[in-house]
Amino acid sequence: MKTVDLVVVGGGPAGMAVAIAACEKGISDILILERDKELGGILNQCIHNGFGLHTFKEELTGPEYAVRYIDKVHEKKIKSLLNTIAVDVQGGAPCIVTAMNKEQGMFTIHAKAVVLAMGCRERPRGAMNIPGFRPAGIYSAGTAQRYVNIEGRMPGREVVVLGSGDIGLIMARRMTLQGAKVKLVAEIMPYSGGLKRNIVQCLDDYGIPLKLSHTVTRIHGKDRVEGVTVSRVDERLVPIPGTEEFVKCDTLLLSCGLIPENELSRGAGTEIDDVTQGPVVNARLETTVQGIFACGNVLHVHDLVDNVSKEAQKAGSFAADYIMHGEEDWGEALRPKIPEKTKCALPEGRDEKGQMICIGCPVGCLITAQKNEDGSFSITGNSCKKGEAYARNELTAPMRAVTSMIRVNGGTGTVIPVKTASEIPKGKIDACMEEIKAAVIDAPVKVGDILIENVAGTSVAVIATGNMNKESYE
Amino acid sequence: MYDVIIIGAGVSGCAIARELSRLELKTAVLEKALDVCEGTSKANSGIVHAGYDAKPGTLKARLNVEGSRKMEALSKELDFPYKKNGSIVLCFDEKDKDKLYELKRRGESNGVDGLSILDRQELLRMEPAIGDGAAAALYAPAGAIVCPFGLTIALAENAAINGTEFVFGAKVSDIQKQSYGYLVRTEKQSYETKVVINAAGVYADEIHNMVSENKMKITPRRGEYLLYDKNVGNVVKHTLFQLPTALGKGILVTPTVHGNLMTGPTAQDILDKEGTDTSGEGLDHVTKEASRSIGVVPEKQVITSFAGLRAHITAYDAGRTDDFVIGQAADAPGFIDVAGIESPGLSCAPAIGEYVADMVKDLLRPSQKAGFISTRKGIPSMALSSDEERHRLIKENPAYGNVVCRCEMVTEGEILDAIRRPLGARTTDGIKRRTRAGMGRCQSGFCNPKVVEILARELQTDVSKIRKSGEDAWYLLPPKEGEDL
Repeated sequence: MKTVDLVVVGGGPAGMAVAIAACEKGISDILILERDKELGGILNQCIHNGFGLHTFKEELTGPEYAVRYIDKVHEKKIKSLLNTIAVDVQGGAPCIVTAMNKEQGMFTIHAKAVVLAMGCRERPRGAMNIPGFRPAGIYSAGTAQRYVNIEGRMPGREVVVLGSGDIGLIMARRMTLQGAKVKLVAEIMPYSGGLKRNIVQCLDDYGIPLKLSHTVTRIHGKDRVEGVTVSRVDERLVPIPGTEEFVKCDTLLLSCGLIPENELSRGAGTEIDDVTQGPVVNARLETTVQGIFACGNVLHVHDLVDNVSKEAQKAGSFAADYIMHGEEDWGEALRPKIPEKTKCALPEGRDEKGQMICIGCPVGCLITAQKNEDGSFSITGNSCKKGEAYARNELTAPMRAVTSMIRVNGGTGTVIPVKTASEIPKGKIDACMEEIKAAVIDAPVKVGDILIENVAGTSVAVIATGNMNKESYE
Repeated sequence: MYDVIIIGAGVSGCAIARELSRLELKTAVLEKALDVCEGTSKANSGIVHAGYDAKPGTLKARLNVEGSRKMEALSKELDFPYKKNGSIVLCFDEKDKDKLYELKRRGESNGVDGLSILDRQELLRMEPAIGDGAAAALYAPAGAIVCPFGLTIALAENAAINGTEFVFGAKVSDIQKQSYGYLVRTEKQSYETKVVINAAGVYADEIHNMVSENKMKITPRRGEYLLYDKNVGNVVKHTLFQLPTALGKGILVTPTVHGNLMTGPTAQDILDKEGTDTSGEGLDHVTKEASRSIGVVPEKQVITSFAGLRAHITAYDAGRTDDFVIGQAADAPGFIDVAGIESPGLSCAPAIGEYVADMVKDLLRPSQKAGFISTRKGIPSMALSSDEERHRLIKENPAYGNVVCRCEMVTEGEILDAIRRPLGARTTDGIKRRTRAGMGRCQSGFCNPKVVEILARELQTDVSKIRKSGEDAWYLLPPKEGEDL
C-alpha cells in the first residue's frame, strides 16, 4: 500500500493541469495514474494545430500542447505511473484507489484526495443503430486517427465520414493528405457540429462535400465495407424514402459525438448528471463523494482543450485546498457552464459573393472581402487583425499550415508528428506532402527539430511537433 | 482414410466432435470460416431453453430436455459461462391464460421440472420492471443462459486436445460416394472417410443434396437482436418470453450471461444464406415488441445490434420440416445429417453430441480412447477475478497487468492465451469471442489497434494481414501502399 496526498486518475491534458496546479499550491506528494505508455492522453494523436490559443497565446499542435505540460510535470518532479490502470476508486478519508500494472500487480493507494480526469470516448456504431452488415472498415474517427497518426498505417482507400464533429472533419483532411479519397461527410443535423474553420480548411480546401441533413442508413459488405447508403432526413431527422444514394467506399468513419468516461466515477458512487453525463459537482468541482473531485471531459465534453486545462487547474487548486484545510460544507451542485454547441451552417455560395470564413481562430468570422480596381481591399466582417490578413491572403495568395507525420527509424514509435514552421502557399500542399511522405529520419527527435529544410521550395521548414527517444534494447 | 469427417464447426459439429473424441476414431472437422462458431452458433439468444416449447414426441423436445439437463454439469467440466436464471413466458391477455396452461402441460409431458403459473402480483415480485400489460406467466426455473461462443469454443478445444483435427478455410465443394465411404473435397484437399456428418448449418441442404436424391431445402430465418450496455444489465433477472401468438413467437428480453441486456429476435425468412445484415424495420420491431414485456426499453443504452440465421428446413421428406433432421440419409449410408438445427439447437447441443456419437458407434464400433481428457480450463478472466487472484496472475505473468480492452477489462495476458491455446484465435472476432475484448460499450474503438498489433506480433505477420473474421475482412492497407500514399 502507498500513501500520497493526491491521486490524479488520467495523465491527459486535464490530469496534468490538475497535478501542476496542486503542486503550485504546495502539495508535493502527488501521483498521476496513466493507462497509456506516455503522458498526454488523446492530444498525442491530435497532430493538427489549433490548440493553445487561450493558454499559450499561440497556435500549437496537440503533441506540442501536451509536451509543454509534460515538461512542467517533470520539472516539478510530479510522480506518475504509466501503463497503470485505476480499477476502483472509493471516497472518504482517506480515499482508496485500487490500481494495476505489470510490475506491481494489484495495489492500493491511500490518498487525501482524488481527482478524476479520465476523459471521454467516442459513440460507437452500435449506439447509432445503423442497419446493415458488421464488416471490418467501420472506425470511430479517433480510432482511425490513432492508426494514421500514431501507428502510421492507413485504414482504407475510399472513405465516407458520418458526423461532422471536429474529429471527423480533421480526419477527412488527414486521410486525404495521406492519399485516400474522402467521398463525402454526411451530417444528420441541418448544421455541422464542428468549427467553421474546420469546414473551410478540412473540407472546402480539398473539395470534400458536406451533406447536411443526411445520414448513413445502411452499411454494405459482409467482410469489409463495400459501400454505404446515404439518405436525406426530414426535420424530425427521419430518413426520407426515395432519397437513398449508394456510395461506394471501403471505410466508414464515425464522428458522432463523445461520451464522458465515467466507469470509475460510477463505481465510486458519485451522482451522475443526466444532462452532462458526468458527475454532479459543486462550485469547487467536488463530486458528491467525499474527497473525490472531477474535471475535464469526464465532467462534460469540452470543445477546446484550453478550457479543459483551465477547469483542471481549478480542480487541482480546490483539491489542494481540501487536502490542506479539510472539508467545507459541500454547498450546492453547480453544473459547469457548457458553451452552446456550435451550430455551423455556412452561407451557401459564399465564394461567389466574396464571402469567406476566417480560419484564424475557432470563432470563424464571416468576412466579406474584395479586391478593388485600384489594388486596395475592402474587407468587412472580421473582428481582429488576423481576419484582415487572412482575407487579403485568400484573395491574393492563400496560405495554409500543414500538419502530418514522418517515419522514424530506430525510435520508440514508428512516426513522429510534424508541421510546417509557418504557413505555405495553398498550392504547395501536395508537393509538401510528397516530401513529407518520402522522408525517413532517425531517432531521437525533439520538438522543434528541423526535419526538412525549405519544403517544396517554399523556404519554410518542416519541424517535429513531438518527442521520440531511441528504441532501447533491454 | 478418416473414420469421420464432420462438416461445420458450429455448436452441433463441435459437440459431436467432442463426443467422438472419447473414442478411438480418426476424426476431422472441416470449417469454411477461419474459426469455430462463425455461423448460427455465434448469433442467437444464448438461452438454454427449459424444454416446454417443443411438441411432445419430437426430437426437439427430447434433445432439448436432455441437453438442458446436461448443460450445467458440462459448463463446470469445460469451464464456460452458464447461469440458471429461470425463464418466464408472459401472457398479455387473461383470455390467453389457457395457452399458458397448455404450455405447462406440454412442458410436463416433455419432462420439464418445476413449471408453475404466476399471477401478475407474483410476477411483479419476481420482475418489478415488467410491462403493464403482463397479466400472468409461466415460470420455468430450469431455463438458463449460456455463452454460445464459450460453449462452442470449449467443446472444440476439448475435442482438439483429444486428437480431433480441425481444418479452417475448408469449404466443402463436393462429396462422392465411394465403394466404401465417401470422398469429401474442399478447394484445397480431398478427404477419404468412412462416415460423413453434415453439421453445416444453413448450408446443410447443399451438403445433403451432394449425396442424396431426397432433396432438402433450408431457408435461413433471420433473427435480429439488440444488445445493451451493462448499465442496464439488471433490468430483468429472468429471461422473459412472450406467449406465442398467431403473429409470431414473440420477442424475448433477457440478461446475458455476461451481464448485458438483450432483446430480439425477429423471424424473417430470407433467400441469402449470408444475409446477417440488420434492418431498420427489424430493429424497430424488436424495440416495439420488447416494450410490451418491460415497460421502458432503454433504447439509449444500445451498444450494438446483430442478426443470426436459423437453419429452417422448408422442404424435405414429404413435409417433415418442423423437427430437426438427425440421422443417416436413406439413400446414403454412413452420411449422417444434423440438419435444421434451429431453436432450441443451442440447448440441445450436448444431447445432439451424444445422440450422433451413438449412431457413429453403431456404424464403426470403435473402442473407448484411453487417456481421454474430459475437463478443460478456460482463459482466466481478470474482470471476474478477485483482487488477490488478479495479483497472483500478474505475478505469474505480467501480461495480465496490461489492460487492452478497458470496457470489459481484458488484458494482454488473456489475449495471448486466446491466441496460444489449441485452436487459438487468428482474427479479432476470434479474440473477441474468447476474451470479450471489444464487446463492451465502446465496441473496440480503443482496443482494436492494440488487438490487431498483438495478433500480428504473435502470428509474426504484418498488421495488414490481420482480419476481423473472413478472408476479405482486412483492417489496414499493406505497409508499402501506406508509405506510397
